[in-house]
Amino acid sequence: MNNENLRDLVVEISGANPRKCMRCGKCSGTCPAYAEMEYRPHRIVAMVEKGDIEPLMRSQSLYRCLACMACVERCPRSVEPAKLVEAVRLLVIRGQGQNHMSPDDIPQKLDAELPQQAIVAALRKYGK
Amino acid sequence: MQKIGVFVCWCGTNIAATVDVAAVADAMRSEPGVVYAADYQYMCSEVGQQRLIAAVREHALTGVVICACSPRMHEQTFRRAAERAGLNPYMVEIANIREQCSWIHKDKAVGTPKAIALARAAVAKVLKNAPLTAGESPVAKRALVIGGGIAGIQTALDVAEAGYEVDIVEKSPTIGGRMAQLDKTFPTLDCSACILTPKMVEAAQSPNIELLTYSEVEKVAGFVGNFTVTIRKKARYVDTNRCTGCAECVAKCPARKGKNEFNMGLDNRSAIYIPFAQAIPNVATIDASQCIKLRTGKCGICEKVCSAGAIDYNQRDEVIERRYGAIVAATGFRPISLEKFGEYAYQESPDVVTSLEFERILNAAGPTKGQLVRPSDGKHPHEIVFIQCVGSRCSEDAGKGKTYCSKICCMYTAKHAMLVREKYPDVRVRVFYIDVRTPGKNFDEFYRRAAEQYGVEYVKGMVGKVWRQNGKLMVQGSDLLNDEQLLIPADMVVLAAAIEPEPGARALATMLTASMDTNDFFSEAHPKLRPVESPTAGVFLSGACQGPKDIPETVAQAGAAAIKVVGLLSKDRLVTNPCVAHSNELLCNGCSQCEKVCPYGAITYSEREVVDRGVKDVRRLASVNEAVCRGCGACTVACPSGAMDLKGFANRQIMAEVDAICRAK
Repeated sequence: MNNENLRDLVVEISGANPRKCMRCGKCSGTCPAYAEMEYRPHRIVAMVEKGDIEPLMRSQSLYRCLACMACVERCPRSVEPAKLVEAVRLLVIRGQGQNHMSPDDIPQKLDAELPQQAIVAALRKYGK
Repeated sequence: MQKIGVFVCWCGTNIAATVDVAAVADAMRSEPGVVYAADYQYMCSEVGQQRLIAAVREHALTGVVICACSPRMHEQTFRRAAERAGLNPYMVEIANIREQCSWIHKDKAVGTPKAIALARAAVAKVLKNAPLTAGESPVAKRALVIGGGIAGIQTALDVAEAGYEVDIVEKSPTIGGRMAQLDKTFPTLDCSACILTPKMVEAAQSPNIELLTYSEVEKVAGFVGNFTVTIRKKARYVDTNRCTGCAECVAKCPARKGKNEFNMGLDNRSAIYIPFAQAIPNVATIDASQCIKLRTGKCGICEKVCSAGAIDYNQRDEVIERRYGAIVAATGFRPISLEKFGEYAYQESPDVVTSLEFERILNAAGPTKGQLVRPSDGKHPHEIVFIQCVGSRCSEDAGKGKTYCSKICCMYTAKHAMLVREKYPDVRVRVFYIDVRTPGKNFDEFYRRAAEQYGVEYVKGMVGKVWRQNGKLMVQGSDLLNDEQLLIPADMVVLAAAIEPEPGARALATMLTASMDTNDFFSEAHPKLRPVESPTAGVFLSGACQGPKDIPETVAQAGAAAIKVVGLLSKDRLVTNPCVAHSNELLCNGCSQCEKVCPYGAITYSEREVVDRGVKDVRRLASVNEAVCRGCGACTVACPSGAMDLKGFANRQIMAEVDAICRAK
C-alpha cells in the first residue's frame, strides 16, 4: 500500500482527523508515557497526516502508548491522537492475522491490584 | 399600458462567463410588456446608468428590470438613476443573476436558462409594481451608549464633542470598565488608569453627557431616529447628590465578605463600597445582598457615620423612559469560565490565576498593593509559568472553549512577563505558546523585547497538566522545539483565558433586534465595509462586544461608531422605507396573528366601523404603524385571511414571480 492509502486507512479506522491539528503540542505535554515513546504524540499526528505510516508501524511507540486517552480528552482541536495510535496498532495486528488478546483471556488476568483501565487499555492495544 | 425595459449586466466576466447575456436580453424582448432590452458590460458604471436613463426617456419606459448583482449592492444606484430619468424609483426591479446564478453555476448551459427564468420573474413582478412614495420620520437628537468602558466612554465623548447629547448606561456603580482594572497597557507600558481616568473625568464633566451608572436597559421600542428606551436605575441606597465620596462608611461597614469585583474576587469588599479610588461617580453604593441592615434590619452604622446624610435604606429602583435617535452597544467582554479546563488546577490552587487576576496582583491598587506574591501564602514566587490560548482556538467539537483567537492574550502575556522580569529579575518566567500573534504597530518589537532584553523564556508547546505537590505547582508541558517534555516546579501559573462577550449582551441584542454571531458577538452590517453598524438601522457597535480587540482598536472603532451616530443625529428627518405592510380591513378577521409575529410592535388592533357590501358593521381590525413597520413581511405570511399585504412585495407580485419561474423552461 502507498502512503496515501495507508493514511486514509488509519483515518478511517480511527475516525479521527489529523488535519484538525494546530500543532499546539498539548498531547505531548499531557502524555504520561512521553519518555518511553520514540515518536511523541504530536509527532505521530504529524506523521499520520503526512502519510508516514510505515515507520510508525515498525515503532515500539505503538505499544508504549498507555491508551489512557488523556491526549484525546485534552486536545483543544479534538484530533484524538491516541485513537490514531490505536488505528496504526490495529493495522499491524490485522496484518499479522491473529488476536493478541481476546476477551476470554480477561478472567485469568484479573488481579485485585490491577487497575481496570489497564485491562481496557490492553484490549485496545492487543485485541483485534 | 406598461412599457418595460430590461438591462442585462455582464459584470465584466462575473456574469458574462457563465451566462449568455445577449441571449437573456433576446429572450426578454418577447416577454409581455417588454419594449426594450439590452446588455452592457457594467450597468453600475456612469455610462451604464446613462444608458438606462436614455432608454427610459427614448422609449417612455414605465418600469425597469436590471439583471445584475444582488439588490444589496446596487438597488439604490439604479433606483436613483431611474429617478433621474423621471421614473418612480420603486418601478425598478433587480433580477439577481450574479450571486444567485452566475457565481454558483459553472457553465452557460445551466446559467443562461436560469438567468432567463430570474429575469422573467422580475419582469412579471415589475408589471404589477405601483409607484411608491417614501415617507419621513423625525430624529430624536440624543444618543444612548450602552456600556461605560473605554469603548462607551470614547463613543460618548466623540458624540458629545460634535454637539449632541448622549447618555451612557452602565450596569456597575462606576464607569471605566475593564480598562480600569488593567495595570499597564501594551505596547508602551503606560499606566492604564493614568490614561483612562482623564477620559472618565471628561465624560463626567461634559455638559452633553449624562452618566446613568448602576443602571440597566430594560426595554427598547421604536426604530432608527425614534427609539424609546426604558432604563432601570438600580437603588444604591445612597443619595448620589449628597454623598461626597469620603468613604467613611466604607471604612466602618462591618459586613466585609462581599467579593471584590474590581479585584476579580481576589479579596473582599464591604457591603457599602466605592469600587476604586478614581470611580466615577465617586459615590458609595450598598450591595443589598451583603448589607446587614437591608437583610436583617439591624446595623445602620453607615447611616450613623455619614456626615452628609446620604444613606437612604428606603431607596427604590427608579424606572425612566427616554427617547433616542441612535443606540450604541458597547457592552464589552469578560474572561471565560475555566470550569471545563480542570487540567490547569485553576479550581484547586489559588496560585493558578487568570491573566486579569494577575493584572490586579501587579496593580498598586490591587489586593497585594502591587507586590508580586503568591495568593496562597503571600510568599515571593521564584518561578512563574504563563500558559497561552487557554480556551481560545478550540474546535467546535472539543466541547469546551471558543473557536476564535482572543487576540489580546499574546500581547498582555508578553507585558506581564516583561513587568515581572523588570521588577523581579530573580523570577524565572516561562511562557508556553502555540503561536505568538503580534500584528499591530510596535507589537512584535514589544514581544521580542520581552524575550531578548528581559529574558522571558518562550517555550513552543503547551501545558498538558498542572498539579499541586509539596507546596509547588507541578507544570508538565511539551517543548516541541527541543523535543522534550518539561516538568517545572512553579510557584505561580498564569492562564491567558479566552475572552467572551459580557453575558447580558444576548438579551440586549434581542431588545435591539440586532443580530449576533454564534459566539454572541454583535454582528456588523458588513464585515469589511460597515464594521461599526449593526444590520439594524440606528444601532451601532463599539469595542469588544463586536469581537475581541485591544484598546487602540477599541478607541478607533468607538470613534467610528460616534461619527455614524453624529451622521444620523445631524439629520432632522429620515426617509422611511415605503415598502411597509398594510391591512385590507374588509378581509381582516381580527385574529391577532399578525400582531403576535410582528417583531417591531408595529401592529395594533382596534374596534372600527366598516361598510361591507353596503352593510355597516363594527369589527376588531388590525392597523399598521407605517413609521414603525420595517417591511419584513412576517405578518403577510401569518395572516390566515390574506388581509395583510406588503407594498412593493404584494402577494400578487410574489405569485406572479413564481408563475413566471414555473413557466420558464
